[in-house]
Amino acid sequence: MTAALAEKNRTRTPGPATGDDAPPPASNRRTRRERAFDDVPRWQIYLPLVVYLLFTLVPFYWMLLFAVRPAGSTSLVPWPMTGDHFSKVWNERSFAVFFQNSMIVGVATLIATTLVALAGGYALARFDFRIKGAFMLALLCSQFIPGALMLVPLFEIFKNLRMINSLGSVVIAETVFQLPLSIILISGFIKNVPVSLEEAAWVDGCSRFKAFRAVVLPLLRPGLIAVGSFAFVHSWNHFLFALMFLSEQDKQTIPVGLNTLIGADSVDLGALAAGGVIAAVPVVIVFAFIQKWLITGFSAGAVKG
Amino acid sequence: MAPSAAVATPPPRAKGPRRRPVSPRRLPYLLIAPAGLLMLGFIAYPVISVFYYSLQNYNVTKPWRNGFAGFDNFTRILTEDDQFWPALGFSAQWVVTQVTLQLALGLALALIVNQSFVGRGISRAMVFSPWAVSGVLTSTIWILLYNSSTGFSRYLADAGIGEYGTSVLSDTGTVFWAATVSELWRGVPFFAILILADLQSVSKELYEAASVDGAGRLRQFLHITLPHLRDAIILATLLRGVWEFNNVDLLYTLTGGGPAGETTTLPLYVANTGIEGHDFGYASALTTVAFVILLFCSIVYLRLSKFGGDHK
Repeated sequence: MTAALAEKNRTRTPGPATGDDAPPPASNRRTRRERAFDDVPRWQIYLPLVVYLLFTLVPFYWMLLFAVRPAGSTSLVPWPMTGDHFSKVWNERSFAVFFQNSMIVGVATLIATTLVALAGGYALARFDFRIKGAFMLALLCSQFIPGALMLVPLFEIFKNLRMINSLGSVVIAETVFQLPLSIILISGFIKNVPVSLEEAAWVDGCSRFKAFRAVVLPLLRPGLIAVGSFAFVHSWNHFLFALMFLSEQDKQTIPVGLNTLIGADSVDLGALAAGGVIAAVPVVIVFAFIQKWLITGFSAGAVKG
Repeated sequence: MAPSAAVATPPPRAKGPRRRPVSPRRLPYLLIAPAGLLMLGFIAYPVISVFYYSLQNYNVTKPWRNGFAGFDNFTRILTEDDQFWPALGFSAQWVVTQVTLQLALGLALALIVNQSFVGRGISRAMVFSPWAVSGVLTSTIWILLYNSSTGFSRYLADAGIGEYGTSVLSDTGTVFWAATVSELWRGVPFFAILILADLQSVSKELYEAASVDGAGRLRQFLHITLPHLRDAIILATLLRGVWEFNNVDLLYTLTGGGPAGETTTLPLYVANTGIEGHDFGYASALTTVAFVILLFCSIVYLRLSKFGGDHK
């Protein structure tokens, strides 16, 4: 395939120096070409990278700056620092409660999504069954259904289940909307684990479940981390379900709390910034922890699977 | 997956009656049952009820008019509603701008951080970090930056650039680009991560061979990298387009659809109609129209892009 592609390139675009009979190019050009892909000139990496890093980091810095500098200050250096804004949002603006609620929703969604998607993903990866095609189609189609537009019927369902103002409603809604992608990703990961490994364990007398736990599960760890962290971050961040299903102040989550700060009190930028930092810290920690698995996770689960 | 593997089963174990393994014919159904039931109850049923409501007059504030309405809601959308077409137009503008710019910048970013250089790990972590940030948090951050008295424009004005007291979010001329930039801030990393994941599976030998044959970097990019990334790019742009169309977090909190309805997308309009206006029937009809448009555009896109076609 390599040769074929090289051949294709050559025949399609015969450059002056690339013909078969052309003399070898001048030595300095040759070196440049050999370095071509692996050795890009350094400035072509660092210059755009620095520009992009500024675009990424300045907004974060700006939020931190507003969160720690005293009210009324216009300094661009966060000194002297103050914790006033944090103690204000944490205590007076009930961010302590919001934080706890968001944690409950995030962790519960993570566990529920991972378990349900693991079962579904295993079924898709290892079995042929009659409704498999329909199930796959349903998973894909559900990606096109706007969660925001289903608020009204979902609200009615949870009202009938008497789950309005219970964090359970948000956990269920977040889990359901995380499931399709999670199942597709996990089944991709499981397909990457050779069936022969499981079969060997069966021969040794393991039950299917035991073989799965002992052989497949350890190999799935990076994938499960990617899927689980995805579920956590999504439910931590998501705003509309919590806004709609939780009307009591002490049941709300951090994004809703932030939105009230944006709406009601647009003057108190310090409090808004401090609330933002509190909202950002857990997801940024999760992200820093998982980011190297994320890329391998995607390449194994989504792209190849 | 080989078909033989699909029906392979562990040997039945003669360990006593306590553990009777589920028959392999029923096991897959048992495994997909939790996911299937959740999706039936909380996706399929709501979708059907949206279609059902769309044919009804269903307004909490005007209960005496509730009842079957036929296609009245739809005729109202297409002929009377003077907010529908602007909202649809803005949605289209928003999705196309976001997807195009996110693809271009995400691809560039992925190509850069795919190189080996000093500090690659930490740079990746930093440039990808906005991926983890929510729409509301993005709004929070950019509201601080765009604020007219203490935001970026104030410091620029201090330095003699521009005027004091300008807020890019309340000016109809600038609000689109202000919102676009803030959404790009968190959207580009997502694209870059997806593309980078796929980039890592390109065989290095292809580049070496092409390089030996004298193909320059641009040509290697056009003939090796892009064809390899094709399916990933098609899928990522489609998913992202749908997501950008559907997602309301950012615009809801950043601009609230304003100023003067300038940044109201179709889903935002639906949310306002249904939740604030309590007109569930009409909101459901709008939802149905949005869903049909989305489905139609997705199918056309997949057809035109020949997704999964033979090209590698």
